[in-house]
Amino acid sequence: MLPSDLKYTREHEWVKIDGTNGLIGITNYAQSELGDVVYVELPVPDSTFAQMDVFGVVESVKAVSDLYMPIGGQIISRNDSLTHNPEKINEDPYGDGWLIKIKLDDNYNADDLLDSNEYETLVNDLHS
Amino acid sequence: MTYTPNTDEDRRIMLESIGLDSIDQLFTDIPKAHRDPDLKLKGPLSEMDVLAHLQSIANENVSLDQLLCFAGGGWYDHYVPAFVDQLMLRSEFYTAYTPYQPEISQGTLQVIYEFQSMVCDLTQLDVANASMYDGGSALAEAISVATNFTGRSKVLIAETVDPAYVSVAKTYASPVDITISPVRNFDVDQQGVLIERQERLQSEIDDETACVVLQRPNFFGWLEEHFDVIATAQQKDAIVIVVGDPVPLGLIKPPGDLGADIAVGELRHLVGPPAFGGPGAGYFAAKSKFLRSVPGRIAGKTKDNAGRDGYVLTLRTREQDIRRERASSNICTNEALVALGATIHMAALGKTGLQHLARLCVENAHLAAERIPRSRFKLGTDRPFLREFPVICPIPAEQVIDSLAPHGILPGIDLGQFWPELANHLLIAFTEKTSEPAIDRLMKTLGGLK
Amino acid sequence: MKQEPVIYELSSSGRVGVQLPPLRDPQKQINEYLPAEEIRNQLPLPEVSQIDVVRHFVRLSQLNFSIDSDMYPLGSCTMKYNPKINEVTGRLSGLSSIHPYQPDDQIQGALKLLWHLQGLLSEIAGFPGVTLQPSAGAQGEFTGLMLIRAMLTEKDSPRSKVLIPDSAHGTNPATATMCGYKSVGVPSGSDGEIDIESVRRLLDEDVAAIMMTVPNTLGVFETRIEQICEMAHAAGAQVYCDGANMNAMVGRVRPGDLGIDVMHLNLHKTFSTPHGGGGPGAGALCVKEHLIPYLPGPTVEVDENDQYSRKHTNSRSIGKVHSHMGNFGNLVRAYTYILSNGKSGLKSIADNAVLNANYVRVQLRDRYDLPFDRTCMHEVVFSGTRQKTLGASTLDIAKRLIDYGFHPPTIYFPLIVPEALMIEPTETESRETIDRFVEALRSIADEAERDSSILRNAPVSAPLGRLDEATAARQPDLRYSQP
Repeated sequence: MLPSDLKYTREHEWVKIDGTNGLIGITNYAQSELGDVVYVELPVPDSTFAQMDVFGVVESVKAVSDLYMPIGGQIISRNDSLTHNPEKINEDPYGDGWLIKIKLDDNYNADDLLDSNEYETLVNDLHS
Repeated sequence: MTYTPNTDEDRRIMLESIGLDSIDQLFTDIPKAHRDPDLKLKGPLSEMDVLAHLQSIANENVSLDQLLCFAGGGWYDHYVPAFVDQLMLRSEFYTAYTPYQPEISQGTLQVIYEFQSMVCDLTQLDVANASMYDGGSALAEAISVATNFTGRSKVLIAETVDPAYVSVAKTYASPVDITISPVRNFDVDQQGVLIERQERLQSEIDDETACVVLQRPNFFGWLEEHFDVIATAQQKDAIVIVVGDPVPLGLIKPPGDLGADIAVGELRHLVGPPAFGGPGAGYFAAKSKFLRSVPGRIAGKTKDNAGRDGYVLTLRTREQDIRRERASSNICTNEALVALGATIHMAALGKTGLQHLARLCVENAHLAAERIPRSRFKLGTDRPFLREFPVICPIPAEQVIDSLAPHGILPGIDLGQFWPELANHLLIAFTEKTSEPAIDRLMKTLGGLK
Repeated sequence: MKQEPVIYELSSSGRVGVQLPPLRDPQKQINEYLPAEEIRNQLPLPEVSQIDVVRHFVRLSQLNFSIDSDMYPLGSCTMKYNPKINEVTGRLSGLSSIHPYQPDDQIQGALKLLWHLQGLLSEIAGFPGVTLQPSAGAQGEFTGLMLIRAMLTEKDSPRSKVLIPDSAHGTNPATATMCGYKSVGVPSGSDGEIDIESVRRLLDEDVAAIMMTVPNTLGVFETRIEQICEMAHAAGAQVYCDGANMNAMVGRVRPGDLGIDVMHLNLHKTFSTPHGGGGPGAGALCVKEHLIPYLPGPTVEVDENDQYSRKHTNSRSIGKVHSHMGNFGNLVRAYTYILSNGKSGLKSIADNAVLNANYVRVQLRDRYDLPFDRTCMHEVVFSGTRQKTLGASTLDIAKRLIDYGFHPPTIYFPLIVPEALMIEPTETESRETIDRFVEALRSIADEAERDSSILRNAPVSAPLGRLDEATAARQPDLRYSQP
C-alpha cells in the first residue's frame, strides 16, 4: 500500500513535500527487509544535509543501514519518540514511524525522486 | 596420536558414495606443483611420549613452585582455589563455541551476564563487555572509543601506566589519527626516590585532549593523586580512562566513584598462575553513554517464547560481522573461558573475600616495607602503596635478581628495562601467598648482598 | 527444566566461598594503610558458599551444548575434538607457573617451546617467519596488515586501499579500517571463486594489499591464487591470507608456496585449542622474509649454545600487540597437538576433513540447493532457498536441527549466498555421526514439505525456546541490579 502523495528514493526513503517543509521516513519494504528495528541514530536539529547525504543510521537486530536524504534541507525536528519506541518504524513506517522534519533547501531538486508507481516497480524487480 | 575416527573402510565407503577412487582426487584444485609437500616433521607421538616431551620442556623452566616470587608488574602469583579450574574443565564450558545459538548456550550466556555484572560492581560503572584479549588491548580499544566519541586525537597517558600496555596502545594508535603522548608524571630525587608530579599530567589537558589515562595503583604500586586530574579532564570534556588490577579494587575507590568514564585491566591472576603472560582476559567497563561504542561481545537478558528468562548476545550491530568496515573494532574471539574463571572466583570471594584478599596483600607489602634493610636499600616512594613498591638498590637491579636466583628467590622486576635512569630500582610485589618467613628471607638475603 | 537464578540471587549475608589465611593484624583499620578518601564504601559482589558456587556453575554448564556432547558443524569454525592431553600439558606447573618477567635463563623451556612451535608452523604453512603474539585470528589480521603498512611506509609507498572479496569474514574489512585503510569489495564469479578480472581492474598503485581467504568462505579452493599473487606483486601490493580454513590444507599444500606474503592461523580452529565459549584463541601469524623485520617484539632468538632469549624490539618493529608473548597456554596446547599428530597425522587432517565435507555434500544435494555443485574443501555451503518457498527459512532449519540433537551449522554467512547454511564436519567426526546428521537434515527437509510450522516453532527440546532478541536490543538489560 504505497502512499501516492509521497516521493521515494532508490535507497528506500520517502519524503512528503509540504510547501517549504519535508517529512522523511523509510518505506515499508525497507522496514520489512531490516526486521525488528532496535535503534535509530538521527541528526540534531539545525544541522543541514545535501541530497543523498547520509543523515543517520537505522539498526535492526542483525543489520545496519545508512539513511540517505531524499532531498536537501535543514533539520527542524526529529522523532525523539523512536528512542524508546523504535518499533514504530516497523508498525507505521509512513505515519508514526517518521524520522525527521526538514526545511527544504531553497532550490531543492525532486526530479530524481521516484513516484509511487516507479518505486513499486523497483521493489517488485528486487523481489523477482 | 591422531583423532580421526574413520577407518580405511569408512573412507572407501564414503569415496564410493562421492563417485571417486581416492582422496587425492579431492585435491585436484590445488596447483600440482605445490600439492603434497614433503613436510619435514617427525611422526606421530603417543600420548605417553608427548606428555614426557612436554614435561621435559617444562623441567627446563624454573617454576614459581621452585622460587619465592616477588615479581608483579601486572602479573601476580595468587592462590586460585581448586574448584575454579575444575569448573573451567567442564567440557560443556570449554569445548563450547561462541553462544550464537542461545537456546543451547544458556550456560555460557548467563556466565557472561554475571561476569558483566561483577565487573560493573567492581568498577562502579554502568556497562561491561564479555572480555577483551588482555589489559593492554583493552586499553588500546578504550582509547579508540574515546577518540571516536570526542572527535579529538590527542591522548595523554601517565608514564606510570604499565609500559607493556602503553606499547600496545601505541601500536593500535599508529595507523590512525591518534597521538599518544606519555606524560612524565614523576621525578627521581637525588636519593632515587620517585616523586609524584601529577600536576604535569593535569597541565597537559586541554580542549584537544580526547582522553587521559591513569593507572590505580600505578605500575610502581602507589595510589596517585587523581582528584585534580579528573576534575580538569571533566572541565575540558576529555574522557578519563583508569587502568586497574582487580584485587586492589576490593579496597580502593573504584573508577566509577572517582568520575572515570572507562575502566580496563587484567583478570588473569584471579584465574590461574601467571602462565608466562597468557591467556589473560581484559575487562572493559564504561559509563552508559558509551554503550553503543563498547567493543566486543555483550550478553543481555530477555525472555524466550514461553516467557522464561534467558540470555542472548545483544547489540550485535556494533560488531565486525555486521558493521564490517564500519566497525570500530575487529574483535571477534575474546577470552571467554578466562572470564568464566574470573566470574567463578569473584563469586566465591564475594563482598568480603575480595576485600580480605586485598588486605592480605597490603599487609604483606607493608610488613615488607618495614623490614627493608635500610643500611643499603631504600623504599622508593613516599606515596600510599598497596601490594607493590619500588626499592632503591645499591647495585643494579639486574644484578640483584641474578644474585638472588641461586637462593631460589625472584626478588622483583628490574625497572631499568623500562626506565634507564631506574637501573638500580627493583619493583617488589606481594600476594596472600607471601609468608612472613618468606619476607624475612628476602630482606635478609638482600641485606647480605655484596 | 528449573531456571537457574543469577548468582547474586543465591547470596546470603555472611557467606563466602573461599577460606583465606587470617589477617596478621585484624585490629588495624584500613585507613591506617591508606588515606580515608581512597577507601571504597561498598563492594556489592554476591556472598555465596563454595558448595552453592559449584552447584550454580555446574547447573549452568548443563545448559550448554558442546563438542563433547555431539557434532558441531559450524562452517569456518573448525569445531574439532579438543584433545584432553592438551589440557594436561597446558597445566604442567613448569609451563603454567612461570612469570613473564622472569629472566630468560629461568624460562628456557618456555622460549624453546615458542621457538619450536614457530618452526613447526613455519614448516606446515610454508613461511620463514612466525609470530605467536596475536591473541586471536582478528588480532593476527591486524598484525599482518600492520606489517604490510610498515613495509610500504618504509618504501615511501604508503597506499590507502585494501581489496577484500565480498565473501570475506567481517573481521577482514574491520581490520582494514583499524589499520587506516579503505576497504574495496571484489565480487565473486559464478564458479564461486573471486572474479579475477575484477581483481585485475581494481589493482592499482593505491592498493596496499588484497586479503584472500583460501579456501574461501564458500568452501572452494581459489584455483587462481598464484596468478592473483603475481598480479598483486606486480602492482606493488601484498597478499594477506585469512587462514581460518587451514583445516582443508594441512599437509596437502603449504599456503606460503602459493605466493602468499602473510597469513594468520587460528590455533583454536585448525590446531585444536578449545573454543572456551568464545575464547581464548591464538592467532599465529606467518610471514615471508621481507616482512620479518617488522614483526612485533620481543622476538625469540637462539644462540650457538642453544641458549634462548627474548630480543627486545628493534626500531623497525610495529611494536607490541600483546602485553607479553601471546596466549602462551594455548600455544602449549597447539604444540602438543602438532607433536601428537606428527607428519602422517597432520596429513590425515585435511584428507579426512575434505572427505567428510564432500560426503555431506553428495548426501544432501538432492534436498537442499547447492549454489556451487563442485568438489568442496573442508566445508560445504548450501542454500535454504527451496525450503524458504515452503515457509521455512534457514534460521528455522537451524533451530530444528537443535531438536535433533546437533548444533546448527553457520547460517547467513557468507553474505553472497542467500539463506546460507555452511556445514563443516571436521575430520574428527565418524561416518556414523555424519550419517545421523545427514539423516536429521533430510528429515527436516521432509518436515518443511509436510508442515513448515514444525521448523518455525523449533526448537522445542532445548532448555529454552527462541529468544526475543529485539527486546534485548531495544531495552538492554546487561547486568544484574540489586532490587
